[in-house]
Amino acid sequence: MRFSTLINITKEDILEALQDVKDPEIPTISVVDLGIITGVDVNEDNFVKVTMTPTFSGCPALKIMENMVKERIELLNPAGVEVTTNFDTPWSTNMISPKGIEGLKKHGLAPPEKHNGLVQIEILEKVKCPHCGSRNTTLKTPFGPTLCRSMHYCNECLNAFEQFKPVD
Amino acid sequence: MNYNETQLIAIKEFLYKIADDQLIIGHRNSEWTGLGPLVEEDIAFSSIAQDKIGQAQHIYEILHSLGEADADTIAFTRSAADFKSCHLAEYPIGEYDFSLMRNFLFNHAEKIRFEMLADTSLEQLGKLAKKYRGEIKYHTMHADTWVKQLGRANEESHARMQTALNETFNLALGIFEESEYAGELKNMGIFEGEDILQQKWIEAITPILEAATLVIPDKNTWQPVYGGRKGYHTEYLEPMLEEMGEVFRLDPKAEW
Repeated sequence: MRFSTLINITKEDILEALQDVKDPEIPTISVVDLGIITGVDVNEDNFVKVTMTPTFSGCPALKIMENMVKERIELLNPAGVEVTTNFDTPWSTNMISPKGIEGLKKHGLAPPEKHNGLVQIEILEKVKCPHCGSRNTTLKTPFGPTLCRSMHYCNECLNAFEQFKPVD
Repeated sequence: MNYNETQLIAIKEFLYKIADDQLIIGHRNSEWTGLGPLVEEDIAFSSIAQDKIGQAQHIYEILHSLGEADADTIAFTRSAADFKSCHLAEYPIGEYDFSLMRNFLFNHAEKIRFEMLADTSLEQLGKLAKKYRGEIKYHTMHADTWVKQLGRANEESHARMQTALNETFNLALGIFEESEYAGELKNMGIFEGEDILQQKWIEAITPILEAATLVIPDKNTWQPVYGGRKGYHTEYLEPMLEEMGEVFRLDPKAEW
């Protein structure tokens, strides 16, 4: 017999469950691997508090993702869930996990390169092509189909591609 | 931190002017959606609009935490006289060269402002500033690229960019209209001052304009267009606000 309220939910349970919540625009990366879950707290009464941070301030998917996170955690039968968004831990592309990087590649996106805290905008110029690996590429525009992507062209394999652009 | 009445007025006015600039110029940028001269420019102006309006929203949320109305009410129900935005932001989009030059001049000032605000004593704003400066880097990159390209492309594009610079420069100087509360802001460690921002801005735009072979109007001819920070606006703002808030005002209580 299962007394759901007596089972203590752990932080690990929540992070594991949130692997199921994907970026609505990039279904191959979870919100955890994207690095936007900045805090998880479960108190002794099994009340869960999750803190998120936006990738871009103007990201329209934020509210949707908050709801998706809440609904997924509710499946764990907590006493309650509160999801808040703040800028206490500002997101940067360095927060994307190695698994997240693989997820971006799987979606055909060039992953952002690691930076040392300050993005030099020049690193957009010679982005590695996700199709053939060449760096002989040209930035077409720093703005793409969503705020977090830029558009490029590969001079070797003659394919257009998108990059998940680096942000500090 | 507890602020006295004057300090609170100073802070609110400061936040309003920053966010209002972003909302108004953001909306103007959005008017390029579907009209850009290239599809990439259509996307660029639309993306920049989305960034700026999103950024304005989070500053309005700080204002809300200080006792002002919620972000949507602030954005969509005030009349022109309540807006603290500069005139540069509210002019109609005009031709592409005008909108591009406006963005160039505005984005640099905005980027430097948030760099200066990264260490502000107003903690909520400091967190946003750190976030925004990284986003705005893409806005300045966009404008720099096109200003340099078009400044040097051919006679016509050069002439049009120079004309656009001449038309927007005094308006851009209006960004730096000082507040009567500048002293309070400085004493509280919130902001160093518009004069310092303007100086840094000139230093930032000069090399790019030189690379574009464009000439900043002679300093003796500068006539900053002030008034926006005090609620005096051009005839262009009110109709824009009418349009911007039209849907919201149909049913302010609607859930989106």
